[in-house]
Amino acid sequence: MIRLDEVYKAFNSNHVLTGTSFVVKKGESRVVIGGSGSGKSVILKHIVGILKPDRGRVLIDDLDIAGLKEHDLYEIRKKFGMLFQMAALFDSMSVWENVGFAISRKGTLKPAEIKEISIEKLKLVGLVNVENLMPSELSGGMKKRVGLARAIAHEPEILLYDEPTTGLDPITADAINDLIVDLRERLKVTSVAITHDMHSSYKIADSISMLYQGKIIATGTPDEIRNTANPIVRQFITGSAVGPIKVEGVNNERTVNRA
Amino acid sequence: MIRLIERLGRFIISFFRNGVAVAEETGRILLLLSATLKQLIIPPFEFANIFKQMLEVGVRSVPVVMVTAIFTGMVFALQTYTGFKRFGAETLVGTVVALSMTRELGPVLTGLIVSGRAGAAMAAELGTMRVTEQIDALETLATNPVKYLIVPRFVAGLIMMPALSVCADIIGIIGGYFITVGLFKTSSVVYWNQTWNYLESADIYNGLIKACFFGGAISIISSYKGFYTSGGAEGVGKATTGAVVLSSMTILISDYFLSSWLFN
Repeated sequence: MIRLDEVYKAFNSNHVLTGTSFVVKKGESRVVIGGSGSGKSVILKHIVGILKPDRGRVLIDDLDIAGLKEHDLYEIRKKFGMLFQMAALFDSMSVWENVGFAISRKGTLKPAEIKEISIEKLKLVGLVNVENLMPSELSGGMKKRVGLARAIAHEPEILLYDEPTTGLDPITADAINDLIVDLRERLKVTSVAITHDMHSSYKIADSISMLYQGKIIATGTPDEIRNTANPIVRQFITGSAVGPIKVEGVNNERTVNRA
Repeated sequence: MIRLIERLGRFIISFFRNGVAVAEETGRILLLLSATLKQLIIPPFEFANIFKQMLEVGVRSVPVVMVTAIFTGMVFALQTYTGFKRFGAETLVGTVVALSMTRELGPVLTGLIVSGRAGAAMAAELGTMRVTEQIDALETLATNPVKYLIVPRFVAGLIMMPALSVCADIIGIIGGYFITVGLFKTSSVVYWNQTWNYLESADIYNGLIKACFFGGAISIISSYKGFYTSGGAEGVGKATTGAVVLSSMTILISDYFLSSWLFN
């Protein structure tokens, strides 16, 4: 279970999280939606302990990770697998070395065995005969798949997705969505995804939360969110520039008048 | 008058602001150094990565260090010979070349070259890893980035700088030999005698202590600049420039203080 309890985080004078709270139950697939720069990535980085809250608690299976010692924090991280926005593959390593990285760090298996496991994990994400390529030789969609294979290679209990479909064409994006749903069913993991892609959210989520001005302002099933009466959520999911959410640096009235 | 006071006030404010920024950066570098030393002694040890970095920092720097050293030795012999001839002391060229190479030029020039070559590469590589979230990815894969990335670079700097420095010393002295004996037709026996007679082991090992210090400084400063990069491609560029400038300055400034301490 993942629980954020009144988390506050500021970078200099920029208050990003101002009392963010939510709970993700074991086995649940949660999507957090919100505008660009609203602090969605900051939430993920708190869950995995890369950032520490200024105030509030982050609990993973009832353990407050903000207070953990460095060594224990790295132990807890073994429960996680994370897919980064630009995949963040290690570009000095081949595809199979990337996928097998977490396993090789344990130091118990031989390289040949690690390679075998990596090839298996790559098959799970629909990739074959790519294990000896370097990340620079892959397309954007393939990089995401390799990133996903790397995230699941050490059999984590919790998967975190940072904008899994951003920067992909609609067909590749949908293939990634299918993959996420498929992995969830097969591996029975808890997952948190952040995105502003509503099509993707409806497809992969059990429940959706909306982050606005540092707080979670609404949580519900995809259907509840789709039919929400909350004007802020409504504006976001319909993707309108007109409404209570102001687009930074854009004069809404003029935009409306021109239209 | 008022304008003058205003200017003075602005100057004092910016002076102290810069002072605070320098102190803050020094503090952060020292914090990274202490984290590195801590990770250095905790097993498991990253032997494979250490060897990889030793190859990168040391072995790959050999050609450029050799070229620099041989020409430095040559030009040093050329200038000293012409100068010393004016008061009939040209037999001492070997001594001057040997002392300056081992005590100063070997470690300092090697340091400047390694900072430009390996230091810049460290900052650029770590900076790119930071902005493309590869360092965050390491953390999520339960790997301490200081242990995995910085410790090997630090150890490689500490070991390879003295090794390169020894090579520079020897090649520099041989360069001096080419000019003194080959060009100016001084006796080869005189050159070697003058070299060995006045060279003490302290000249060599104190030079190597300096090289070791420079190696550690280059690695930790360049790693620091790369590790804390922000702001995309421009940030990586700034980090790389910053790494070379700051480590070169550190080498030149600390060289004075280390020399006055070690050689007195």
